Amino acid sequence: MDLTFSPQETAFRDELRGWLAANPPEPEPADGGEDAQFTRRRDWQRRLYDAGWAAPAWPTEYGGRGATPTESAIYFEEIGRARVPFAANTLGLLLGGPTLMVWGTPEQKERYLPPILSAEEIWCQGFSEPDAGSDLAALKTRAVKDGEDWVVTGQKVWTSGAQYSKWCMLVARTDSEVAKHKGLTYFLMDMEQDAVQVRPLRQITGEAEFNELFIEEARISDANVVGGVGNGWKVALTTLMNERAGLGFALQIRLRQLLDDLIASAAERGLLDDPLYADALAELHVRCESIRLLAWKGLTDTERYGQPGPEGSLVKWLWSDTNQRLTQLAVDIVGPDALTVGESWSYELLRARGNTIEGGTTEVLKNIIAERVLGLPRLKVSA
Amino acid sequence: MDFGLTDDQREIQRTARELLLERAKPERVREHAESARMDSELWRELCELGWPGIAVAEEHGGQGLGCIELSILCEELGRSLAPVPFLPSAMAAAVIEHGGSPEQRERWLPSLASGETIGALGTAVDGISELVVGGADAQVIVLVEDDGSARVLSCDDAEVTPLASIDPTRSAARVSAQDSGEALADGCAGLGRALVAVSSELVGVCERALEMTVAYVKERKQFGVPVGAYQAVSHRCAQMLLETEKARSTAAFAAWTADADPARLAEAAAMAKASASEAGREVTAGAIQAHGGIGFTWEADVHWLYKRAQLDAVLLGGAKRHRARLAAILAEQLGASATA
Repeated sequence: MDLTFSPQETAFRDELRGWLAANPPEPEPADGGEDAQFTRRRDWQRRLYDAGWAAPAWPTEYGGRGATPTESAIYFEEIGRARVPFAANTLGLLLGGPTLMVWGTPEQKERYLPPILSAEEIWCQGFSEPDAGSDLAALKTRAVKDGEDWVVTGQKVWTSGAQYSKWCMLVARTDSEVAKHKGLTYFLMDMEQDAVQVRPLRQITGEAEFNELFIEEARISDANVVGGVGNGWKVALTTLMNERAGLGFALQIRLRQLLDDLIASAAERGLLDDPLYADALAELHVRCESIRLLAWKGLTDTERYGQPGPEGSLVKWLWSDTNQRLTQLAVDIVGPDALTVGESWSYELLRARGNTIEGGTTEVLKNIIAERVLGLPRLKVSA
Repeated sequence: MDFGLTDDQREIQRTARELLLERAKPERVREHAESARMDSELWRELCELGWPGIAVAEEHGGQGLGCIELSILCEELGRSLAPVPFLPSAMAAAVIEHGGSPEQRERWLPSLASGETIGALGTAVDGISELVVGGADAQVIVLVEDDGSARVLSCDDAEVTPLASIDPTRSAARVSAQDSGEALADGCAGLGRALVAVSSELVGVCERALEMTVAYVKERKQFGVPVGAYQAVSHRCAQMLLETEKARSTAAFAAWTADADPARLAEAAAMAKASASEAGREVTAGAIQAHGGIGFTWEADVHWLYKRAQLDAVLLGGAKRHRARLAAILAEQLGASATA
């Protein structure tokens, strides 16, 4: 056991930390509108790109640094620590690019990877549907072959960043005669066509991070099938496996920062000497440290043994639950400010409710842990 | 960064597990528990293998290995519930070795390392400890007071009254020693390692409780399906795994800091004990519940795990006490960074 970074890893961290300190992003726009926020994130990604920091985990041949998984985790920890925004095209960088690297044709890689990296083309993810959430393979959006094109009709939901996107990673049903996982195909759909309508979904925080997509006979060229017709489930799993790989480290650091802020607030109010608050804050500290340790353990196991294991579900579960407890405790410590619109603690309180739903609900994570880690039988539900 | 054990450490873990599977079978543990006596034959064998001295320096007759190796043995002994006084003795040795004078080390460590002398460690108020785990078998007892001062004393210098705790796999005693014994130079110095030891034992107890539970709920059928297929049951098992992994990760971190980053040991040990105390209670309680009526019977061995967890959870302070400790450490860090 050695819980320290190697000299190369430390050098990587120091170089990035130095660059981030010397190149802070533009201050947050005063009007705070979503479009202005997005423009700021796009500009920020361009600067990361110019300095070679947009996607260090990408291989050098695609414009990355070929960073190891440990270095990539350090990257996201430092992004979190510096309190800079996430790159505008985070879904393209973390999900779309790596999926194409595995399943894409040489032509697809050449055409799509460079503009992902430079933020010229933004990507979104069209997986979930109103009747296909946790049960993704039940999706109903249909694609029918018409000459050299596919014609797509259906509805998608929770599509973050769709209003800014050029390309959508779309999973659609191309064969309804076979078992539900087998009839799916993975497409890259051009968002700039009238057949695709984007309607923002306002969430409980008041902002609209994500959207509904209404797709009415949209056209996708056959050249934009990824990984072959009927192979969509496997390709989608590649995307999903990358979903938390890196971002988790940034989120873990943000949780740590929130806790440090809360401890400081408690100290200012003299509540650190109150045994009830001291106990609750200390428990959050233990959980934060445990999340950090489990995340790093999962990562180093992956480096050693290959694919990330289902244990990652434990980290996501513990993180989301801890963030909810933390933001709830903040209301008790900070007082009315944390219940006032526009204050950061009230935003964190509301945003945290999504944590146990997005990227796999806690209930689904528990199923995954029960079935795939503990080997418990699955209950057959009659349809 | 590497969370794995070295080849040598893995070998220690493997041989310990194999030995205990063979020598500390459930029926043998039950037999000793029911007659409330330690397994002297097994203890002798462990002493011959040098277990009690695993983390004691070679100059004092030990093997000179680290806190990680100590934690491996504690975890395996926790899994098996072997009725031997390893944990109390190893905790006493750690406190004497890291906080005692050269004379005290010379006097006690060689025989603690060989196992000839059995030790115990308890928390006391004004020289009285109401429950010292292993106290009835111990020849040397270390009492730690709330203010961090500690005294080492021979059992002949103390009033030792054996107690029947709910966990008969290990002895217990009330120890009163108001004016006797010698003060340790630093009562706190070895305490972090003792906390790692008991936390690691609790991790082993949790692992075993979860394994028994998973095996049982796969097997046991009601309404025509294994009960483990019901989410009310399987999600509780998932919760038990989460608690166990939280305890394991913090205990491993504390074991590592003891030798590699001692400045963080006090904090890491408090985190480990807070996690392990909670996990021990939750996981073994979940194990009884998931076993249903059978789990409440004497014959089902799951209750021994619950009982051990109950004793270990409060040993050297429970979760609340260690969280209070942590909060104080966090406040100190905050104060230090404010003045820096």
